Amino acid sequence: MTERKVVIPGEEIVSGEGYLPGENTEKRGNSIVSIRYGLAEEVNNLVKVIPLSGAYVPRRGNVVIGKVELLTGNGWVFDFGGADNGFLPLAEVPRYVNQSAMDEVFRIGDMAVLKIWNIGGRGIDFSIKSRGLGRIDEGMTFKINPNKVPRVIGKEGSMIKLIKDNTNCDITVGQNGYVWIVGDKIEDELFAKKAVEYVVENSFVEGLTDKVEGWFGEQGVTVKKSSPSEENENSEENMEDEE
Amino acid sequence: MANFKRPDGRKVDELRSPIVAKVGIIPNADGSAMFQMGNTIAIAAVYGPQKMHPQHSQDPTKGTLRCTYNMNSFSVSERIRPGPSRRSMEISKITEWALEPVVMLDAYPNQVVDVHINIIQADAGTRCAGINAAAMALAHAGIPMKEMVSSISVGKLDKTLVVDLDKAEEDFEEGEGPTDIPVSLTHSGEVTHLQLDGKISPTQLKEAVEMAREASKKVYEVQINALKDSVDLNGSEGEK
Repeated sequence: MTERKVVIPGEEIVSGEGYLPGENTEKRGNSIVSIRYGLAEEVNNLVKVIPLSGAYVPRRGNVVIGKVELLTGNGWVFDFGGADNGFLPLAEVPRYVNQSAMDEVFRIGDMAVLKIWNIGGRGIDFSIKSRGLGRIDEGMTFKINPNKVPRVIGKEGSMIKLIKDNTNCDITVGQNGYVWIVGDKIEDELFAKKAVEYVVENSFVEGLTDKVEGWFGEQGVTVKKSSPSEENENSEENMEDEE
Repeated sequence: MANFKRPDGRKVDELRSPIVAKVGIIPNADGSAMFQMGNTIAIAAVYGPQKMHPQHSQDPTKGTLRCTYNMNSFSVSERIRPGPSRRSMEISKITEWALEPVVMLDAYPNQVVDVHINIIQADAGTRCAGINAAAMALAHAGIPMKEMVSSISVGKLDKTLVVDLDKAEEDFEEGEGPTDIPVSLTHSGEVTHLQLDGKISPTQLKEAVEMAREASKKVYEVQINALKDSVDLNGSEGEK
């Protein structure tokens, strides 16, 4: 089996000896059966199903965007759209914090970019000890379908880079579907939001990168490809017209 | 009973038409589906897995399935009082029991999967349509499941067994009167839910379950086609 196909729960994907059940699959007798709705794929006799829809399932190493829900004696509880609340321990903040002055780092309602560094039986632990993590002080956040996040980021970040280059905004996409955009002007940020939403709507289209480039063209932007050089000012002006 | 005539002229093993299913109809839900059989339309929305509230209902050993069945006040010709009723609470529980054997929630302790079923148009067989929609919505929400569940009602009109009753047949008054037997089956043919309203002999009941098994295959076809057709494979193939 080389081609990917849509499978539903209980459907036999392959039968015969020599296949291993991977993610979201189960071995029943002599065949590999899907236990989730998604795209089935077989690589080196390992059969797995890639989910297409559903709620966000946290994984170790994911970067997510969350909101402070509670301050405790030794850390902060974040709501990030998962089933469990996540916890950011005081020790995972990259500088010394006095316990009596914890609200100087995060107050209730603050948002932050976080990394999941452990998933244990007692919930999820975050860390902000890496580059790009920490409190969100400016810009805007909004939510997209978490299953579309890989499309928005693109292969090795190609899609997100395209949007960043053509909107003059810095964009962070959390695996939980929250997107954070910072630009110089609010018009830029709104334009970047529109671009992200366009990608989400067209996530199944073939050759999405070309299509998004075309969309930028329609919006009156001189599309900049990976080499950022010509006509910075021009594209900026056009973006203002759009909004 | 070859010469038995159903009020709408169907064959005894013929399902109502149109029989329509669709997934992804509610954008805010994690999974959703619509299922229509004749004039009965059910929509189902799935939320979760999410944290179980109230906290005292949390099960630390496995996740919980929570179904809510609701018949909209405008779904029948005589307006029904909105809100939970004895009947809707029973059907909610029945739906849970019909689906519980196939959902695999061991990996979601202290969490709940909420299924909300709304009947927006009712013409008998609403619990079956609800279960069919709920099974599709659960699959669409990416909940791990062993199999799909398909549900169908079998009825006995006087002495004849017929499949997929509508309201006119449910009110059949001649001879022995109507008997309604909703049955839910997994794809491999195991019964997860069976109810009986009326009178029937043990031998005929077995016959009725066999009829439901045959008819549920047609329902299953509709369900899987809806799930598969909702993805444009060529589009998604090109990306990534």
